[in-house]
Amino acid sequence: MVAATARSTVRERAALILGRAAGTAARRLGRGGGTALPGLVAGALAPSLLERLARQMGQGVVTVTGTNGKTTTTHLIAAILRAHGVQPLTNPSGSNLERGLVAAYVEDAEADGRIANAPSRVGVFEVDEAVLARLFPRLTPRVAVFLNLFRDQLDRYGEVDSVGEGWGGMLVSAAPDCTLVLNADDPSIAQLSAGTRARVLTFGIDDPHARLAQAEHASDARFCRCGGRFAYEAIYMGHVGIWRCTSCGERRPLARISARQVELSPEGSRVDVDMDGASITLDLPMAGLYSVYNALAATAAAHALGVPASTIARALAEAGPAFGRQERFEVDGRTVRVLLAKNPAGLNELMRALIAGSPEGEPIHLLAMLNDGVQDGQDVSWIYDADIEALAGRSVTVTCSGDRADDFALRWHLAGVDPAAVVPDTEVALDDALRRTPPGARLDVVATYTAMIDVREALARRAGMGAYWEKAER
Amino acid sequence: MTSATPERTIRVVTLYDDVMNVYADRGNLIAIEARAAEHGVGVDVLSVSLGDPLPEDADLVLIGGGQDREQRRVADELAARGPVLRAWAAAGTAMLAVCGGFQLFGRWYRDASGAELPGAGVFDVTTIAPGPGAARCIGDILASAEVDGVWEVVGFENHAGRTYLGPGGRPFARVEYGRGNNGEDGTEGAIFRNAIGTYLHGSLLPKNPALLDWLIVAALHHRYGEGSPRAQIEPRPAPYAERAHAASAAVARRRSPKFEPVVK
Ligand SMILES: [Zn+2]
Repeated sequence: MVAATARSTVRERAALILGRAAGTAARRLGRGGGTALPGLVAGALAPSLLERLARQMGQGVVTVTGTNGKTTTTHLIAAILRAHGVQPLTNPSGSNLERGLVAAYVEDAEADGRIANAPSRVGVFEVDEAVLARLFPRLTPRVAVFLNLFRDQLDRYGEVDSVGEGWGGMLVSAAPDCTLVLNADDPSIAQLSAGTRARVLTFGIDDPHARLAQAEHASDARFCRCGGRFAYEAIYMGHVGIWRCTSCGERRPLARISARQVELSPEGSRVDVDMDGASITLDLPMAGLYSVYNALAATAAAHALGVPASTIARALAEAGPAFGRQERFEVDGRTVRVLLAKNPAGLNELMRALIAGSPEGEPIHLLAMLNDGVQDGQDVSWIYDADIEALAGRSVTVTCSGDRADDFALRWHLAGVDPAAVVPDTEVALDDALRRTPPGARLDVVATYTAMIDVREALARRAGMGAYWEKAER
Repeated sequence: MTSATPERTIRVVTLYDDVMNVYADRGNLIAIEARAAEHGVGVDVLSVSLGDPLPEDADLVLIGGGQDREQRRVADELAARGPVLRAWAAAGTAMLAVCGGFQLFGRWYRDASGAELPGAGVFDVTTIAPGPGAARCIGDILASAEVDGVWEVVGFENHAGRTYLGPGGRPFARVEYGRGNNGEDGTEGAIFRNAIGTYLHGSLLPKNPALLDWLIVAALHHRYGEGSPRAQIEPRPAPYAERAHAASAAVARRRSPKFEPVVK
């Protein structure tokens, strides 16, 4: 990698100054931290800023994309790099369009456009799956992580297939020194290795005990690109598992970063990993099999960047949750855990983790929040693709909230879990849900993106913490 | 839920539900099963996918939406089953064909690549998918159904294809907010006897309880005959569904364009 030495143009410098001013003004007005606004302003004034940012990263750029797990995986890679003594530059949580990446640059750059210690730094960016095809050639990543591809926000992306096709086209021109980190267990990801000159590093789970008893409904890659149907030796979630095509015979590739043994518990997981021949044990402080996949992807990316296995294990054991992803708050003598759920596969995994967290059938206390903003997905039909029926027959107390509380309440009712209350307003719903949760017990909040932002702010205020942009990691 | 064994049952056939299910179409079956139970009607579900034989008869047929790739997979087989499905529809079998399934229940569908897929011909409609670059019809939709006692229907539409009614085609509904079949003539979906084709998902039936009851009654009529006491249901409230319907209707009125016909 060659660090850019060319000085930034006058236009770029003006854009940086105005972008930063926009961020400061937004924060002063208390408008959601202004995480994307500086990038929006600066990027509009000088479209070349993204390339300027990417070329300065002396140790290259890592991109993280996929339907579920982008924010957490980006967060984990950044944590591993810090433990390795490398200062990452990353975009603010969830701000994964071009403006979010430029915002990271605007916040970090000196007045002359230079980033401090740029030659020794790595850019770690989560990138929206629909935007990656356009940004990939401009970022020329050293490592590109692909997590999974599920149906998500079809009102925005159109069809799942078109996202995968966009990636395939983009990877034809990937450089030979780029490493693609691919989930071997998701056929629509694993099959990206065809027709690219880039290096490939696969990760996956090789523990049949982690399989599902039966297939979930939210399964998208039922068919191979040859047109044949996939068959599974084990399904871990959705269409993710040990797959093979019944027609052309293509099968799940060997995972070089392989989880040999997975033990899930309510609070976290313990995973024995084979890493290109070496063995490490990961103690993950986050619940759910999906968290295991995020950790494996981060492990693979760090391995591709040359981080030693022991550093990876230590950093993952100590990593706190990413913004709004299993964050915990202590409120009124209850523990409140915030879980982001924005598509069927994600919600299924959360429910699985909730059930695993109450093995003896202990009561589950939920606040379920459904919003229908652009960032949530305006089409709320996805709730019917989630297997909420999995919670029927358990002791579940659920308060439904959000702009589409009534739609969510109907879904829970049809799943056999009648809501205890339907309360659109966030603060009132939070009061209601806390009141229904006994002191000392845990309240789990399952929320779409903007609902998560709302409830998290309410919780942070009640727990005496600051707003998220005051402690956002860089 | 009633625990007594129902003395009446409808047979529901789901077509290609492992292939054509892109917009949560399973919600329609979930709603039928739950609502039928409230009315004391048993539901016998038969899932028919690629290569499976069709049963002798069906009271209610469901087919959902799919992407172009999935539509290409089922089109030929579905077209070959056209004569049976048309005969069923003519004999009063209730049907609900949503989005891609609606397109394939028409005469033909020309996909974005220009390939023409044959349809089952239950509805006198044809569909043309405009090439890349043309906007998809995406958004909340509110329409008034041309079906007795159903009135307003709400849902979400997301389709590239533009559907046009032929001379023998009747619309299922008139668009009030949203785009409907083609964004030009204000028609939404198609209806033939008890068979309904529509672009509305959402899922459609959970939050349109009047339409849900209409389909259950149509299926009972087909099974037991219109005059039979076993084909009658009592009106029942559906409080969760009614509130979700009202909420969705408010969103469509606020967020979607009021339909204005295109003057050519
Ligand atoms: Zn194949």
